[in-house]
Amino acid sequence: MDSSLLKIEGLKKYFPIQGGIFSKTVGYVQAVDGVSFHVDKGEIMGLVGESGCGKTTVGRLILRLYEPTAGEIYFEGANISKLSGHEMRNARKILQIIFQDPYGSLNPRMTIGDIIGEPLLIHNIAKGKEREQRVADILETVGMSPRYMKRYPHEFSGGQRQRIGIARALALNPKLIVCDEPVSALDVSIQAQVINLLEDLQGKFGFTYLFIAHDLSVIKHISDRVAVMYLGKIVELANTEELYGNPLHPYTEALLSAVPIPDPSLNRKRIVLEGDVPSPINPPSGCHFRTRCKYAKKICIEEEPPLIELARGHYVACHLKH
Amino acid sequence: MSDILLEVKNLKTYFYTDEGVARAVDGMDFVIRRGETLGMIGESGCGKSVSALSIMQLVASPPGRIVEGEILFEGEDLLQKTPSEVKKIRGNDISMIFQEPMTSLNPVFTIGNQIMEPIILHQKLNKEKARKKAIEMLDMVGISSPEKQIDNYPHQLSGGMRQRAMIAMALSCEPKLLIADEPTTALDVTIQAQILELLKKIREEIGMAVMMITHDLAVIAEVSDNVLVAYAGKALEYADVKTIFREPKHPYTQALYDSIPRLTDTKKRRLEVIPGMVPNPLEFPSGCRFHPRCKFTTNVCKEEEPKLEEVGNMHEVRCFIYDENKAKLF
Repeated sequence: MDSSLLKIEGLKKYFPIQGGIFSKTVGYVQAVDGVSFHVDKGEIMGLVGESGCGKTTVGRLILRLYEPTAGEIYFEGANISKLSGHEMRNARKILQIIFQDPYGSLNPRMTIGDIIGEPLLIHNIAKGKEREQRVADILETVGMSPRYMKRYPHEFSGGQRQRIGIARALALNPKLIVCDEPVSALDVSIQAQVINLLEDLQGKFGFTYLFIAHDLSVIKHISDRVAVMYLGKIVELANTEELYGNPLHPYTEALLSAVPIPDPSLNRKRIVLEGDVPSPINPPSGCHFRTRCKYAKKICIEEEPPLIELARGHYVACHLKH
Repeated sequence: MSDILLEVKNLKTYFYTDEGVARAVDGMDFVIRRGETLGMIGESGCGKSVSALSIMQLVASPPGRIVEGEILFEGEDLLQKTPSEVKKIRGNDISMIFQEPMTSLNPVFTIGNQIMEPIILHQKLNKEKARKKAIEMLDMVGISSPEKQIDNYPHQLSGGMRQRAMIAMALSCEPKLLIADEPTTALDVTIQAQILELLKKIREEIGMAVMMITHDLAVIAEVSDNVLVAYAGKALEYADVKTIFREPKHPYTQALYDSIPRLTDTKKRRLEVIPGMVPNPLEFPSGCRFHPRCKFTTNVCKEEEPKLEEVGNMHEVRCFIYDENKAKLF
């Protein structure tokens, strides 16, 4: 019996590229190319990867902010990938998202009271005084004073705006919150405030998070399990301690060795990857990572390595480890 | 020949705005020796970028103005030189690379053109020789097929490659000092690793000094010989990199270290939050500028500003805790 809160199977998103005189589709950006994983209730699942790996697209696909090209999304056992607009709206009561850009994700023409209260209005949950009270409560929950309700986003700092974005996501008591790079745009000392807030909220309300980020130290700090993405695919998935202590995929190894460490006495041997990430329009055949992998063999060019469980809960997509 | 390449004394750079005077750099002192890497760490708004721009004399004026101080490069005060003398030094002996390579490179010129510009200007080579040198530079910074890439425009390159192109441009005249202002912040971590390794290699090859400005403590640990912690236009602490991490003395330095998640953490910890925010340069707090956010604040901290005092071998701190006379009041 499947007890996971969220389950995605074979999720794909290909963005068409128009070209030519008649704007024909001349190719596809294979942003997400067959991603499967599940998230258990109360868990923080980290999704990490560099730019262009598809992690943000996965987050948006789950909320159907983009329509999947293929694949299924199950929430609490029910298939939400084919829900109608109206049904999906209902589903979004329990599925919420916090965005990366605290400046772009809040409507500059709305007061923050209206921004946070809007979901309550749309879903007919509370009106008038009751709604105002609820907004005040939520603001306090995120550590902001209710007297800010009548102010506009531009009057707040980046860190405060991010709190407002979190408050908005909380308004409907969601079960799962997709956190899409929620601290990347913030200053170091503000990052700590927002990370602590997200952890406290999780502890208090039992939320489940899909935490998307490129910062490996932040992911390690907050996640229970971590999936590493590269060029639209998951290359490794394991619980946090296992992934960071015993990385098996060559990309994960390189990624971890690339992260600078705030300790000058450590003398590490670094694995420096050559070149740049290939284009998702024309990913390499077989294993997408093979062009930068020092262990690449013939089979890596010909066949795509499947994501296989090598140790309990530790999945790797690499021919050489299978 | 003196060991000291750059000496900044009591630098003050202010911005005169409608809302008042923003004292972005308000009495900075530091020294960079030949071949040394000075890491300057601080959050947004602490004055580190403006210090760098002041050295290069690239501060937008108006509304900015260097109101006081000396910037001694090889013993001579840059602030006393004529614009044409400064031009000979800028891009030649002292070079700079910026955070956002896409916005710092000129989009309408090829990267070859942009790398050749300082070569032609400072080394007086003809176009053909300059082009050859530019291709060598592109090769040195690890750009493959440099003879083809040289004719590309910035938008045709990836982020990492643009940053490399900018480094090629900055190094083309073999500067004695490279100022790098958040050079890897906008880059992916594997590309950041490439760029940091590249800078390390070049430093060793040409004996260049580097002023590395960043808000990332981990990058500071990786590249610096010495570290300056900047806050509200001033230096709060200065020491060699090992000392700064092993025995930080200023509460702010310690707080910064405690607030970041670290890959080396072995067990779950709570991030220590520094309460409040970086102060507005239009309105600094009285006394010690860090006092509203400091857990050790006392009365003297609110009223008087501490001076930078030596507390160990080349270790300086600006805090009353270490001032014998004031510390008695604690």
